[in-house]
Amino acid sequence: MFQATRFSRRKRRYELLARAVLFLMTLLIVAPLVLIVGYLVYQAWPILSLDFLLTNPRNGMRAGGIWSPLLGTIYLVVISLLVATPIGVLAAIFLNEYTRENWLTRVINMSVLNLAGVPSIVHALFGLGAFVLFAGLGKSVLAASLTLAVMTLPVIIASTKEALAAVPVPFREACWNVGATRWQTIWHVVLPNSVGGILTGVILQVSRAAGETAPIMFTGVVFYKAIKEGDPFAYSLFGQCMALSMHLFTISTQVPGVPKALPYGTAVVLLGAVLAVNALAILVRLRLRSRRKW
Amino acid sequence: MPALPKRPGIDTLAERAIEALIRLCGVSAILFIFGIFFFVFREGSQFLFHGFKFREFFFSQEWYPTSQSHVRYGALALIAGTASVTLLAMALAVPFGLGTAFFISEFCGPRAKETLKITVELLAAIPSVVWGFVGLTVMNKLIIEIFRTPIGLNVLNGGVILALMSVPIIVSIGEDALKAVPDSYREAAIALGVTRWQLIYRVLAPAARNGLLAAVLLGVGRAVGETMAVLMATGHAVKIPTSMLDSVRTLTATIAAELGEAAVHSDHYQVLFIIGILLFTITFAINLAADLIVRGVRRG
Repeated sequence: MFQATRFSRRKRRYELLARAVLFLMTLLIVAPLVLIVGYLVYQAWPILSLDFLLTNPRNGMRAGGIWSPLLGTIYLVVISLLVATPIGVLAAIFLNEYTRENWLTRVINMSVLNLAGVPSIVHALFGLGAFVLFAGLGKSVLAASLTLAVMTLPVIIASTKEALAAVPVPFREACWNVGATRWQTIWHVVLPNSVGGILTGVILQVSRAAGETAPIMFTGVVFYKAIKEGDPFAYSLFGQCMALSMHLFTISTQVPGVPKALPYGTAVVLLGAVLAVNALAILVRLRLRSRRKW
Repeated sequence: MPALPKRPGIDTLAERAIEALIRLCGVSAILFIFGIFFFVFREGSQFLFHGFKFREFFFSQEWYPTSQSHVRYGALALIAGTASVTLLAMALAVPFGLGTAFFISEFCGPRAKETLKITVELLAAIPSVVWGFVGLTVMNKLIIEIFRTPIGLNVLNGGVILALMSVPIIVSIGEDALKAVPDSYREAAIALGVTRWQLIYRVLAPAARNGLLAAVLLGVGRAVGETMAVLMATGHAVKIPTSMLDSVRTLTATIAAELGEAAVHSDHYQVLFIIGILLFTITFAINLAADLIVRGVRRG
């Protein structure tokens, strides 16, 4: 009935070619994730154990485990998010609930975007200038955490804003109509209906904060510090700490004679923690999406 | 939004207080942007106005910050290092990133789309120090094997690592840009009997041009500002590269490598902050441009 013309055949050939090329490109983007994770785990396998997590680095970081950097990373992440989350959520509430589009919100949105694009090493310079020197905190867990908090803030603002915007306006109108104030509406209606989305954004920042190295290396994280093993309160707010990301950098570039499995083990723990947290955020998001009723 | 009735007493006071707090947090992003510029500038300002030679900084490749006899701060080689690694990264990441965005957006069913987007998201989550470690171990070995060079920490290594790091941002923003093209465009084109490839390069690419450009720009911003990965993967040679197998050092890596050793408030320390100002300015300009381009799309 329809005879394939030369033109339509060529069209089809191009279509198949394009599909194949684009597929290959996608494959080449996706493959490294699997290959890298697989290779790192394979190299680190002999050393991975509970003992590795729970003992301090020993013998000039050439033996032992990663307890003190691991605990340091947990401190930095928790404190930075405790600071950044309330500020970020309130900022998003301001943008989404308290103003209309005007010059101020435009400037704020532009600042959020630019803040997200500031190089991490510039954040380090800012943290050093502002928190370590100007505020007089010295090189400390607190200064490093605050530096991380500034870095994670824009993304928390952006994701919270999205979560708030997903709550339908009629929800708010119904609440105002029964005489609630603006804040009461936010507290009792808007926030409960968007808490999942907000949480997802914050969880994603856990992995971001845990993985960063540059912002903390001059603001409070040291090459080496032994702490009491098994004591979760071994660091103080105004003292210095170790961190996993910095530890990986140190033992893979600065210390000669480190056994091969040690940096691989550190990389796998860091990567594993980051990917696990991300997977958790993705699960929360998928679950919320399937349960949303409006 | 409608005006709300005011209630007297403690409630109003509490409401006022919380509103003030919200307003303060609302402008926090602006405060921090200015704060970053102010504090980085403050640390470097004394030397910037007394003794800093712009000519030397931008046009000389003699970077001898700790020389005993004749200290020189020529950053040309560092700028060339950043430029070379970024260029190579973009030469790889732009076609691959946009190709993947097209594939995810136009050739995939909903399930495959969701899976691929999650994978790209996970790729974006890999910390830069882990990328650096991969460059140091895996890529280093591969480059030594393939190109028979004595050392594999060079522009090629850093470029490939940076490409993989900036691809996720290009894919996700590019995909958003394609999603923003109205479906009626697609329907009109399909009704005329085009194939998907024709749809992509005749309809979608032109229609989403600005969004795709913004995606590329944000990728560039990411690559210019990346620190740990290039610090670990590009070697430590302060010179202008002549081939992809030359070691280089970028602006970011220089700050990370030397700030720890420079005495606080010494000239060297302040020059590192001046490099920070330069980096801040570059990325600020890139992000602003990307933002304006995207905004232009929405208005037009």
